This record gives sequence, C-alpha cells and structure tokens, in this order.
Amino acid sequence: MGKLVQVENVFKSFGDVNAVNGVSLGIEEGQFYSLLGPSGCGKTTLLRLIAGFEKPTSGQVFIDNSSMEGIEPNLRPTNMVFQNYAIFPHLNVEENVAYGLRNKRENRTKQNKLVDEALELVGLSGLNKRSANALSGGQKQRVALARALILKPKVLLLDEPLSALDKKLREQMQSELRHLQRAVGITFILVTHDQYEALTMSDRVAVMFDGKVAQEASPRDLYELPTSQKVASFIGEMTFIDGEIIGENKNLKVKSEIFGQITIDKSRVFGQSSKRIVLGIRPEKIAIVPKTSGSKNLVSGKIIDVSYFGETTNYKVSCGTIETLTISSQNSVGQLSYSVGEEIQLKADLDNIIAFSA
Amino acid sequence: MMFLLSFWTQDYLVLDKNFTLNNYIEAFTQPVYQLLFSRSLYISLTVTFFTVLLAYPMAYFISFYGGNRKALWLFLITIPFWTSYLLRMFLWKVILGYNGVLNSFLLWLEMISEPLTFILYNSNAVIIALTHGWAPFAILPIFVSLEKIDRSLLEASRDLGDGPIKQFFRVILPLSMPGVVGAALIIFIPTVGDYITPKLVGGTDGLMIANMIQVQFSKANNAPLAAALSVSSLVIVAFISIVFVLLNKKYLRKY
Repeated sequence: MGKLVQVENVFKSFGDVNAVNGVSLGIEEGQFYSLLGPSGCGKTTLLRLIAGFEKPTSGQVFIDNSSMEGIEPNLRPTNMVFQNYAIFPHLNVEENVAYGLRNKRENRTKQNKLVDEALELVGLSGLNKRSANALSGGQKQRVALARALILKPKVLLLDEPLSALDKKLREQMQSELRHLQRAVGITFILVTHDQYEALTMSDRVAVMFDGKVAQEASPRDLYELPTSQKVASFIGEMTFIDGEIIGENKNLKVKSEIFGQITIDKSRVFGQSSKRIVLGIRPEKIAIVPKTSGSKNLVSGKIIDVSYFGETTNYKVSCGTIETLTISSQNSVGQLSYSVGEEIQLKADLDNIIAFSA
Repeated sequence: MMFLLSFWTQDYLVLDKNFTLNNYIEAFTQPVYQLLFSRSLYISLTVTFFTVLLAYPMAYFISFYGGNRKALWLFLITIPFWTSYLLRMFLWKVILGYNGVLNSFLLWLEMISEPLTFILYNSNAVIIALTHGWAPFAILPIFVSLEKIDRSLLEASRDLGDGPIKQFFRVILPLSMPGVVGAALIIFIPTVGDYITPKLVGGTDGLMIANMIQVQFSKANNAPLAAALSVSSLVIVAFISIVFVLLNKKYLRKY
C-alpha cells in the first residue's frame, strides 16, 4: 500500500479472450507512468479498468488507498484524455473545458476564471468561443487536456493521446506533456505503443504482452537491462547470439562467436539458469573499425546492407556463422561510412552484453 | 394547375376562368374551414408530439441496448407495414369501437360500467390511430442520429462527472436533436393532409381539412374551392415546416 494507484491481481476477459491476465502494479504519486505494449496487449483495457469504464473479472483497483470496486467513472478521482479526444461537437472550446466544472457547486465567475487559466496552461488562450469543429488535431488534444486537468484529478489517464498527430507535432506535444506533468504535479498514466514516446516521457514504464506485465522499470533500465528477449527486441533493437556456458562461479563464463570467451556479471543474466544461453547486444554498442586499424580483440565481417537515417546509419553485417548483426553508428564528425560488400572489423563493448537463459 | 384552378370559379358545369380571390376569402373566413384547418393542425401537431415521445425511447433502446440484434429490432418494427395502412386504421375501429376490444376488455374487468364513447369517432381516435401508424417513421431518423453519436463522447461525459440522467440531457439529447426534428417533420407533413384515418375513425368530430378538400372536389363539385383549400394548407404546412427546419439548422450549425 501507500502507492497512489494500486492494481492488484486484475483479470479482465471479454468472452473467452483474456485481455488483462493477472496484472499487479503500483504507481506512485506524481509519477509519469507509461503502459507500453503492442496493440492487443491489454494496455488500453487496463487503463479503462482504472478509469472505471470496464469492471475487472477479478482483482481490484485501489486509488488513494480506497477500493474502486463498484464505483462509477463519474465518481472516481480520475480523468481521461481519449484517443480520439472525444471533444463534444455541440459545444465550443470554453463549454468543452468547463464541462466537468459545471457539475460542481462553484460560482460561474470562479469557474470562468479556471477555464481561462486552463486554456492558458495548454496554450489556447483566446480561443474560448471557437467551435469544436474548427479545431485542428493538436488543438483538440489541448482542449481534451485542459478539460481533464481543470478538475484537478488525482490521476490523469491518457489513452494513446499522440498517435493521431503528425511526427513533428507529436514530438512537440511529448515535451509539452512532460513539462505540463511536472508543472501540475498530477500523476499521469499514459498508454502508448510507441517505445520512444514511453522512454522519453516516463518516470516508469510497464511493458505488457498478452495481458501480462513483462517488465516494469525506469526507461534506462528497460533499455539497458531488459529482463527478457521479448522486451529487449520490443524496445529498440538487439542482436542475439547463442552462447555456451563454460564456467560458473560469482560470474558467468560464456563462450560464443564474435565475443569469444567473456565473463558476465550475474546481475546481467536473466531467466532460469540452464545450459543454453543467449547473449544480446544493442546495435550502438558495437563499433565498426576499418580493416587497417591494428587494435586487438577484433572480429572481421562483411557489410551486407546499409540503411541511412540521417543522424545515424544502420549496418547489417555478416560475421562468421552469424548471418546478420545489426550495428548502429552515429554519423558524427570524423565517422567513416562504409558501403555494401566492404570487409570491416568489429569491436563490441563487452560490458554491455546481456545474457538470457533460454 | 391546382394553383391556377384556385383562382377560378365553378359555375355549375363550366369553369369561369376570370381571376378571383373569392375562393381564398372563403377558405380563410368561413368558420367551417377555419375549424378544419385548426383541427388538422392540432391533430397532427399532437400526433407529432406523441409519436416522437414514443419513438425516442424505442430508438434509444435499439441503439444503446440492441447489441448485435439491432437489425432484428428494426425488422420487427417494420412488421406492421406488411398489412395495408387502410387495414391497420380499420383495425383501430375494431379496437376502439362501442363494442370493440378495448371496451369489452374494460367492461369485463369491471373498470367501467358502460362502454367509453370518447375514444372513437372524434379527434382522439384520429390521434391514437395516426400515432400508431406513423411511429416507425419517427423511430428510424432518431435511431440513425443516436447511432451517429460517438460512444467515446458518452464515456467522456461520465468521466467528467455526469450521472446517466445528466449525460442524457447534456450529450445524448442535444446530439440527437437533428433526428428528432427530422422525425417531427416526417410525421407532421403527411399527417396534416391525411384523409383516410379521419374518415375511418374520426366520425364528424374528427374530420380534417383533407376530407373537406375531397368533398369539395367530388360531391360538392367545387374544384376551385378545393384547390384554394389545398394551396392554403400547403402554405400553412410549408410555413410550419420552415420553422422546424430553422430549428434544425440551429442545432445542425454546430456540427
């Protein structure tokens, strides 16, 4: 207990589909928390269970230490920003923002002041009388935010709020949302399928697959220390190489192609221990060095594909029996570029290898 | 043709084609026509009101609780149309008559000591029969406008603190207003001019303007007056319809 939102062993099934399959989570007050997962993983259902639009098949949700069982959405201390914004088309901006306030017993002058403040907060000052249909996607988004924040909920729920915006606007809104969350200090729970969005905005991220939480961690830990291959390949890219355990004491001694004989700290080994082991490395933790360089511990390979992304270039490299190895290289000053077919040498950052027992 | 005819005069067997406004003067000053006009309007406005009032809950039920059986419900609503309109209206006679189903039933229950007479051969009977006959026409436009309401708006209103009743008056009703106004128009326009129903169940107290137009055309052999009455009722209906439409515009403008 003690956490603001406590989800305890919640199951939710629709017919014979288990959308949420035994989830327990604790979300602390003031956190920016993300539920991340591919579509159909149950993240939106979990959000709707917290909002009260769905009732759990079993399990409970606590907000601020009180059970939400049987409590209708209108009586919960939560407000939601909907995926399609759900702006009331028959009302103007001001009426939309004031919608929830009108259910409260404060006088109109005070309410109108709050509306102006909320519009200023989301950068829509002066658009009070604008019709809801005359708003752009970004503006609708802001109205939806203002409408929810004006009620000062304990928890603000955001259901993929940025997925309908174009890339530039989305990035702008991501940082605005982050600033807004810090400014108002309200706990945000964001549902997203975009891993970069989750990583850049959140204090904590829960990755969900098939109705279950696969890993819950800070964005850095999620990327650097994923606890399963599934999470590792969902968040960014990772190359997996089969390894063989040759010794085990405090650390794990593993032999594999490319890396050769290495020792891996136990804190970087995940899964039940078994003989078989898979080593994983992120694309940017391997560097390409020209054939001519004379450093040791190098493995030679051949470039089979190049994808140019502007600030980075991704290379696919074949190396010994490993057919493809992904390497990401920053196109910074002095960085050489390589072309398909070129023979190169690789240097892996051995400290950043993770091992998964399979 | 009708319009031209209304400015002529019937002189026994020949038409006097000199321009005259006498027909209109007669149509608007004779108490009998005034009575018929106002009764027609009263009946069809009442019918419109009750039809919409009855149709709304049905449309609401189908739209929100129809689940995957919506098509079936709509299909069931159309079943009365399988029999002719005339037959359905005629059946009301059987139900509402002096020895009809309703009276017999109430007598059998001993709730009344003698058959009720105010339910047949007057305006009430016409209102009941028309309301029944036209209800499906009102259900459909209201149903469509309810279906068009984005369900996330309903969740948003709950999320922002509305209970179910507030939600209805703040979101569902305003957003389904175009359907309601549409339904009202669809009912109002044809019922003003209905003449079968008043003829069958209206008696003399339930006759409407269309019955008079028919009499003038045939038995009274005064086609110009009938034409003048038709044009007049057309103008009145058009006027009221425009009011409806403007009302509709007021709601539609915001979409």
